[in-house]
This record gives sequence, structure tokens and C-alpha cells, in this order.
Amino acid sequence: MATQHSRAAARVMLSPAVILLILWMIVPLGLTLYFSFLRYNLLMPGMEEWTGFANYRFFLTDPAFTTALVNTLLLVGGVLLITVGGGICLALLLDQPFWGQGVVRVLVIAPFFVMPTVSALVWKNMFMDPVNGLFGYVARLFGAQPFEWLTAAPLLSITLIVAWQWLPFATLILLTAIQSLSSEQLEAAEMDGARFPSRFLWIILPHLARAITVVILIQTIFLLSVFAEILVTTNGGPGIASTNLTFLVYAESLLRFDVGTGSAGGVVAIILANIVAIFLMRMIGRNLDA
Amino acid sequence: MKTITLATAGTLALGVAAAAQAETVTIATVNNGDMIRMQGLSGKFTEKHPDIELEWVTLEENVLRQRVTTDVATGGGQYDVMTIGTYEVPIWGAQGWLTPLDDLPAEYDADDLMPAIRSALTVDGTLYAVPFYGESAMVMYRTDVAEKAGVTIPDEPTWSDIKAAAKAMTDKENEIYGICLRGKPGWGENMGFITAMANSYGARWFDMEWQPQFDSPEWKEATTDYLEMVKEYGPPGASSNGFNENLALFQQGKCAMWIDATVAASFVTDPDESTVADKVGYAAFPNKEGVENRGNWLWAWSLAVPASSDAVDAAKQFVAWATSKEYTQIVADEEGWRAAPPGTRTSLYQNDDYQAAAPFAAMTLKAMQAATPENPSVQEVPYTGGQFVAIPEFQGIGTAVGQTFSAAVAGQMDAEQALSNAQQLTRREMQRAGYIK
Repeated sequence: MATQHSRAAARVMLSPAVILLILWMIVPLGLTLYFSFLRYNLLMPGMEEWTGFANYRFFLTDPAFTTALVNTLLLVGGVLLITVGGGICLALLLDQPFWGQGVVRVLVIAPFFVMPTVSALVWKNMFMDPVNGLFGYVARLFGAQPFEWLTAAPLLSITLIVAWQWLPFATLILLTAIQSLSSEQLEAAEMDGARFPSRFLWIILPHLARAITVVILIQTIFLLSVFAEILVTTNGGPGIASTNLTFLVYAESLLRFDVGTGSAGGVVAIILANIVAIFLMRMIGRNLDA
Repeated sequence: MKTITLATAGTLALGVAAAAQAETVTIATVNNGDMIRMQGLSGKFTEKHPDIELEWVTLEENVLRQRVTTDVATGGGQYDVMTIGTYEVPIWGAQGWLTPLDDLPAEYDADDLMPAIRSALTVDGTLYAVPFYGESAMVMYRTDVAEKAGVTIPDEPTWSDIKAAAKAMTDKENEIYGICLRGKPGWGENMGFITAMANSYGARWFDMEWQPQFDSPEWKEATTDYLEMVKEYGPPGASSNGFNENLALFQQGKCAMWIDATVAASFVTDPDESTVADKVGYAAFPNKEGVENRGNWLWAWSLAVPASSDAVDAAKQFVAWATSKEYTQIVADEEGWRAAPPGTRTSLYQNDDYQAAAPFAAMTLKAMQAATPENPSVQEVPYTGGQFVAIPEFQGIGTAVGQTFSAAVAGQMDAEQALSNAQQLTRREMQRAGYIK
């Protein structure tokens, strides 16, 4: 039983960490908010003035904004679809006993340890490049015209690259979940004559529901801010075909040097991310309570 | 205790002394061939100046621009020497972001600098950067391919000559593409070329009221022809080809024609790097029939010392060395006269050795002298600048418009759509910047 005194002491002891964390969050956020109401272009010093919501109006009326918003959602949705679907399949496969299981598992997880910029560059130059890439080579083997991945289907290409990176994460979590499923239950179902599809649909999938929720939640947080892969492969282009919100903010503040609009875009992105998070929590977060 | 303090003080003093002895100069530069060469030869400088240490940050053009602009605008002081061009120098000089370079030693001979280039780097009578190499633009073509295809390219071609030649020389079976043009987005990449091309069609960026002019018939014609040439006679993936990518293609013998900066000539004729070194012909930048304007491309990659530098004197010594006659001589001794950095000094073009070694020298000089960045278009304009518009907002606008044109090259939209996008986008930015209501 903690006394009043020891509770106060605990608070004092905790405070440095808590204060540091709050500062860590408040200072950048406060500065972003401040800049977002300021007319502030790096190339024109001395012109800073209070502009109210002009930056927000300018950012939200940008023709690129809607495209970027849709691209962001498509990217997140596409990657989630591939990683969850692929993750379940891979997890089921890796759960089977076979020779060299340990090595294969390590190999499957490996992409997660490759830095995003590096893997994006490897994909861009060694796989998707129409002249030097592996896909182009294969296409030519069959006498077909190489497909120009990054110019003809930029968003799909980036989705594939990002999905490749996140597949191991999904696989890892889903595999551990499958391993926690008691084999007796499965054996009993098998003796009752249940075939694999029904066993999968009625026993394995419900068991995985919670793990899938975790995968979706964690990945969404990271996928909303995908940036490195876009920067090194398509630079948001051609045009704005692969620009997501993060990249649009970057383009405003660092390519057009308009810090005010960039900050306003950052704030808009924060608000939108929170809306998505609330919906996600409502829709699937309930799984976690059960 | 006392000895420890003393020892510490001693180490500190030594540290300070060492720091004073070896001053570090951080140089931000672009990954073009001439700069890579300078980096290779910089040992000659440090030999003579053992107290100066050089640190190199070599970046791709777009990234370099972004880094140095952020650094200089925030007074970051990360770099002591910056590689910038004739677009930045007047704007940054007027902002007081650059260190004046009027006090260079007499043997530097600033009067030898080409007048057009020197005036482009001068603000209110003060020199703010020294030119490393200067360039205009011209046509480079493969004489052997032209002969095989039975076309002759006149010394002063028109765009219809170029289009016909590109069509005749395209041989996709053998991976020879009729014409290579810049498609990589960036105000200094594709927009440099497209703006010059539009100038030569009689188009202009803005009218006298600063209204964007992308809806004019001249822009429409220029854009349609540009897209037609790039898409039908250009290499695949042209929307990501900039200067360096096209240079590599031309050196590998995959381009029959290439219209780009004159400085490329010394690389396509380099027998070590180029497979077509002895088969290159040159012609002036094309114009449209009846339009007396060949693009007015004028550029000088220059070295400047930002005001935020903490090693101003050492940095000045370096920029003076790298743009001196002595450096030209070093390059000539090591790699031959052909490789000397072109387009900055009058004396180079009076040098017989250079004239003999560089068949492109005459055409380069002619193109540079013909460029009139103070009158970019045949129509009246409120701005100066040849292949760019010399206002601070142009970096942002040019980058965004460049993206649009690049998307058109990639086949995502047609000329009309690209132009209307560009018009809308430029209008928005100009309104925001307060040029138009």
C-alpha cells in the first residue's frame, strides 16, 4: 500500500521523463502551428507577416491536394491488402515442418532490416528499370516490350516496394499467432472431417483476428507517412501521380521553400491522420478489447 | 589535481592551435564531369596550401540546389563554398547572403572573364561569385549516322530541319534514337531546355502585367513539337533523363542528336569516355522559321562563398584557384586542352592550342556571344534571364511546371492539358507572391 508520501516521490521521480516527452512533442508541434499562420518563404527574408488561414486555404485549394489524399489512401490500402493477405499465406507455409525451416524464416524476415532508401534504389535500378532491370530482361526473353514500371504505373510500383518491405513484419506477427493456436483443436476438427478450407475459415482465421488488427493498426501509422521510397524512385512523379500527403508537404516546404504552406500542410496531415486513426480504432479496435 | 588541470589546458591549447592551423573548407558542388575533375585535381591546391583541408559534398543538381538554398537562407553555415549559377547569384547577392569577391589578387585577372558572364555574376558593381565554367546551348549530332540516313544538318538549323533529321536518323532496331532531350523535372533540368525552346518559338513566360502565357499559341506549338520529338524519336524513359543521363546515352552511341549545354561537347569528344568521340558535329540552337531568337541560353556554374561561412579567407583562396588561369593550365597539362573548363575566360578562346584541340570552341563562343538574357523573348517581357526567369519565385514555379511537362513526356497527359495545368499553377503562385491580383 503506497503512502501519500511515496506516491508524491514517485511522481517527482517520473517527472523528468514525462516532461521531456511532452517537450519532445509540444515544441515541434507548437512551432509548426506557429509557422502555419505565418507568411514565410525562405527565399524572401524579411517578408514574414501574420496571414491567418491563408496558408491553409492555399494548401487545401492546391489541385495536387486531392490527388495526394487519394494517393495516400490507395497506398496505405494497397500495402495493407498485400501484406495481410500475403502475410497469412506465408505464415501458414512457414508453420509447416520442413527441412531448413530456420534458415528460410530468417530469409523471409530479412527485407524488414533493409533500409527503405536502399531497398527502393535496388528495386528501381535492378528490377524495375526498363533497360537494366530484371523485369525488363525477363520481358525481353519472352519477346515482349519491357514495362516502364515507374513511369507507367508509379503508384503501383511504390505500393509493391513498400509491401515487400512490410510483408515480413506481417508474416512475423501472424506466424507467432498461428503457432499459439493449439494443435489439439485442429486435430479434433480434422477427425470430425473438416477439410482445410473450413479449418482455415472457422478456426485459424478467427484465431488470427487479433493479430491482424495489430498488424493493420501499426502498419497504418507508418504507412501514412511513407516518404523515402517515393523520394528515391519517382520523386512524386511523373507529374503528381505518386505524390502522397507527406511528399506534398515536403515539396511545399523544401522544393518551393514555402515554410508557411508546408507547415499548414503538416497540420492538415496530422488532422487527417487522426481522423483515419479514430475510424480504425472504432472499426477494428474493438477486437483488441475482447 | 593541478597537473591534471594544466594538462587539460595544454591539450585544449594544442587543440585550438591545430584548429587554427588546418582550416576546413566544405565545398558543395554538382556531380557534373568538370566538377568531378576539379575534385580530382584539388590535390594540387592542398599541396600549395597545407593549412587548408578540403571537404567535398558532391550532389545531383536538384538535390544540391535544395541543400544550398536551405543552408544559405537559414544562415546555416554548413558550406564554405557553394556551386551556384547565374540564376542564384543576383538574387542571393542582393539579399546579402554572399561574400563579395572584389578583392581577389591581381594575378587572378578578373578583367579576363567574359563580359556577359561577369555581368551576370555582378550585383550593383560587386562581384559575388566566380565562374567555373560557362555554357550556352547547341545541337550536337553524330556525323556518321547523319550521313547514313542521308541528312545534312545546317549550321543554323530550324526546328523543322531538326524534326526531319530526328525522324530520318531514328533506328530503334539498333537502339539509335533520333533525338535526346531533357525530360527530368526540375527548373534547371527540363525547364531550362523547354524555356529556351519556347523562347526560340517566340513564346514568353509572362506578359508585361506578369500574367502567365502558357495559353498562347507559341507555347502550344513549342510544347507540341517538344512532346512529338521526345516521344516518337527519343529513348525510352525520357521523362527521367537529365543532362547527365543524356550525356551517357550519347557517349554510348544511342543518340543521333542531342540539344543541350555547350559544355557537353568536351565530354562527348573525350576518347576515353565516349565511343563516338570522333564522329560529333555541331550546329547552333535551332529557331522557328521567322523568329529571330535561338533560345538565349546562358549559364555559368560558379563558385561563391556564403556570408555564413566560418572560413571565408580559405574559401576565397580556393575559389580563386579553381577558376584561375593556373587551374586551366593544370587541366591542360593533365588531361589535354580539350578538357579545359570552357566559357569563362576570353584568353582561353585566344589560345591556339585550345582552338586546335577543341573543335567545338568556335561554336561555343558564338552561341555564348549570341545569347541575350536581358531580352529573352522577341516579345516584350518584364523579366530577364534566358532559360529561366530571374525572380526568386521561379525555383518553385519552375519545379512544379517541370513536373507537369515531365508527366506529359511520360504520357500521363497531352500538350493541351499540360499547358493548362502549368498556366493554372503559375497563376496561383504569382497571385500568392503578389505579382498579380
